Amino acid sequence: MADKVAFELVSPARLLFAGEVDMVVVPGSEGDFGVLPNHSPLISLVRPGVIAVHEGGKVGSRIFVAGGFAEVTPDRCTVLAEEAVNLADFDRAKAEARLTAARAKVAEAETEADKAAAQRAVSIAEALLAAAA
Amino acid sequence: MASLKALKIRINSVKSTQKITKAMKMVAAAKLRRAQEAAEASRPYAERIEKVVSSIASKVTVSDQTPKLLAGTGKDDVHLFVVATSDKGLAGAFNTNIVRLARKRAEELKGQGKTVKFYTIGKKAKDGLARQFKNDIVESVEPGDLGKLGYDTVKGWADDLIGRFEDGEFDVAHLFFSKFVSVLTQEPTELQLMPVALSNDNAPAGVGASVEYEPDEEEILADLLPRNVAVQLLRANRENAASEQGSKMTAMDNATRNAGDMINKLTIQYNRTRQAAITTELVEIISGAEAL
Repeated sequence: MADKVAFELVSPARLLFAGEVDMVVVPGSEGDFGVLPNHSPLISLVRPGVIAVHEGGKVGSRIFVAGGFAEVTPDRCTVLAEEAVNLADFDRAKAEARLTAARAKVAEAETEADKAAAQRAVSIAEALLAAAA
Repeated sequence: MASLKALKIRINSVKSTQKITKAMKMVAAAKLRRAQEAAEASRPYAERIEKVVSSIASKVTVSDQTPKLLAGTGKDDVHLFVVATSDKGLAGAFNTNIVRLARKRAEELKGQGKTVKFYTIGKKAKDGLARQFKNDIVESVEPGDLGKLGYDTVKGWADDLIGRFEDGEFDVAHLFFSKFVSVLTQEPTELQLMPVALSNDNAPAGVGASVEYEPDEEEILADLLPRNVAVQLLRANRENAASEQGSKMTAMDNATRNAGDMINKLTIQYNRTRQAAITTELVEIISGAEAL
């Protein structure tokens, strides 16, 4: 299948997506990039954002990832996500609760490292809400 | 021969033991399903990340800038064994098998004049190793219920291990856990945790060295390598959780069956003893009657 990309999305919890697709758009740390067949080899960090999977000329599914890595070779694209949520089963109340909890953590954090970690959790929660909006 | 009353008491006590083992077996079976799913779900990620790491590792040219986690310390004198077991017993040979493998490997390495230290996860690993290697255990952590172990906890251990590695406390780290194959089979497994094991067989063919990195190689490695350690640790603990329940289920099933056998044997003995008593009584009555 030269005109398809084997796309795999895995999170530590499970294998979220595996299949042949037309194109994937990945939110790289330096900007979004689309992966088509015969893409040049690339390894990139992924920032919190939405992966769009294109199938049959339209966006098949949109999956939120909370950062991770993407490895691209000419015939496949593997995304290792820290956490991934399919936007089809998105729960707004849960996401909002998460943002509130993360913000509270920032306020409580005592050490610099704690604060940085909490701040990261806030930006992930914000990105999730923004993605679903 | 034991008295009737004593036999009755024994039968009852075996029966209540059987009830307990049966209940434990059912609990293990229920937990097993979830643990097995978690273990199987954690495999793809661990395998992929391993593949990505080793494919990067095979392309990177080692220099002074290369992170230690990738290049190693250049020696292999001090080995750290991260031995992961559970906190609880009553799971057949599950814990023993892991500890035995670690002990065997430790003796091999010591025979070659290397130093071996231990980092134990789980009470049983500590207990099992303390007898022989009491002074070599550098740290012991207790995971509690393996089924509920989260990424954050494991990440803490991984950070601790990486810190020790970077301080030069050891040169090579091995991870010992039990791989879940099926309910009946769990395989004690050894895995090189740090530095990254270079396997030559899965070097990507035909891709060449022209891989682009975004933002750049160093930053990616700085993020990827510690994560790899944490993910492998997490995976090991998930596998252990499933293995523990599988092993416990089999062990408790055997225990239940043994208790059943014992009840049968004791019941036969009880009936014989009772029959013998009745026969004796009859003989006494008859011979008493004849004497008249």
